[in-house]
Amino acid sequence: MVFRRLPRWAIVLPVALALTALPGCGSGAPAASTSSTSPGEGAKEVTVFAAASLTETFTELGRTFEAAHPGTTVKLNFGSSSTLAQQIVQGAPADVFASASPATMKTVTDASLAGSPTTFARNKLQIAVPAGNPAKVDELKDLTVPQVKVALCAEQVPCGAAAVKALDAAGLEVTPVTLEQDVKATLTKVELGEVDAALVYTTDVIASGGKVRGIAFPEADQAINDYPIAVLTEAPAGDLARRLVDLVVSRQGKDTLTKAGFEAP
Amino acid sequence: MGSHTPQIRPAGRPAAGREVRGRLPWMLVVPALAGLAFLVLPLAGLLVRAPWPTLIERLAEPHVLEALRLSLVCATIATVACLLLGVPLAWLLARVEFPGRRVVRALVTVPLVLPPVVGGVALLLVLGRRGLVGQWLEAAFGVTLPFTSAGVILAEAFVAMPFLVISVEGALRGADQRFEEAAATLGASRWTVFRRVTLPMVMPGVVAGAVLCWARALGEFGATITFAGNFPGTTRTMPLAVYLALETEPEAAIVLSLVLLAVSVVILASLRDRWVNSP
Repeated sequence: MVFRRLPRWAIVLPVALALTALPGCGSGAPAASTSSTSPGEGAKEVTVFAAASLTETFTELGRTFEAAHPGTTVKLNFGSSSTLAQQIVQGAPADVFASASPATMKTVTDASLAGSPTTFARNKLQIAVPAGNPAKVDELKDLTVPQVKVALCAEQVPCGAAAVKALDAAGLEVTPVTLEQDVKATLTKVELGEVDAALVYTTDVIASGGKVRGIAFPEADQAINDYPIAVLTEAPAGDLARRLVDLVVSRQGKDTLTKAGFEAP
Repeated sequence: MGSHTPQIRPAGRPAAGREVRGRLPWMLVVPALAGLAFLVLPLAGLLVRAPWPTLIERLAEPHVLEALRLSLVCATIATVACLLLGVPLAWLLARVEFPGRRVVRALVTVPLVLPPVVGGVALLLVLGRRGLVGQWLEAAFGVTLPFTSAGVILAEAFVAMPFLVISVEGALRGADQRFEEAAATLGASRWTVFRRVTLPMVMPGVVAGAVLCWARALGEFGATITFAGNFPGTTRTMPLAVYLALETEPEAAIVLSLVLLAVSVVILASLRDRWVNSP
């Protein structure tokens, strides 16, 4: 009995290990080449680290770039700007960094890992309310009503910093029920109707495709977020990375961004 | 196979497990050491990178203690809830024949494979303000669970309970059922058998499962932040504080992780020695 058991474990364990290890390797090395071209010769791959709010626009711009440069692949890694900045500082292999705030870009430039950044878009906050607007929110002041459940981004991430700035500008004090870790999580809470209102970007309201309603408010002008983009100094893709940034700041790039709700800088 | 060489030990000393069993097989020792290094090295990385000079001052910050207290309280209550529901569930799976038992057993392990964030969304869809059960809860009792400490406990229990159920079920299946049959033939009801015979027999399994369950609850992140949100004092547990600190201050995140690590190592080590390894 003991002897029949042992070989079974001996088979199960390596198989389980292999299964867990394989996908891990793939995602762990974003710069590794997937095609037959080796990564060293003539960079055919551009790795872009971009803020989560750029998911839709940069996916589209990435496809445009691939079409204009046959044989190249644009690899996109979306996430919270602060997390991406930390990853770059810790040595993540990226070519381009597009962040949602100058502060997070500064983390990277301070470490001399990027050249001087260019502002390519601006994003404004809106009040997002769930379908039907159950708490009858019309303006920023309504968020101070105790019965109104409000979700904000945490102050550590750009959308939270902007929310604090806007509320300060309006001289209002809001007690949120939750401080979410990124703007998409904040939006989800509104989409599911768990909160009555949240402060998110105009672009997120548009991206939600009608699941939430956006209400513009004047104090948002005091908390506009600049989006800087920069080529990283050790970019393995070199020139190709610069051409991608050129596309983002071009007329075509601006059109894509404004269509999604961004403002031109 | 095992050629036991009896050893003479001083009375009262526990067995030290030093029986001669032949040379250690390298086929086992090498991967075992590699596995150990793989698990321990990242922890060593945390220790090396920790900002030791400012450690004490960072630890004394009130928000750290607040998050730690919340983590410990919620994980403990979640474990108690898992014990109350999970042990009977494990008994049902191990001792009662019913149609679809295999499916139920598979369903119990779903939270193990489900990404915790998805688990959190699932909880919102059922227990949220507009959820299937949640809207009824709010209408009838005025109770809303998201964004409360009760929500944290629920999220933790959802993710951690399978660890307890699997552990207890394994213990139940391994236990000798003849004792239970003997008790039954002597006239004991099934409840009495469970209470007086089964439960004491599988106690090490229950404790091991509870420890695992507690540890998993303590480290829970995805379901908690999705279902219960993140607000200091009510729902921001240590893992959430760590994640948020990572956004701007990696050093603070390391300090918070060290606290969580130290607390869990101390508690798990003491529990293991006392309960889990006991024969």
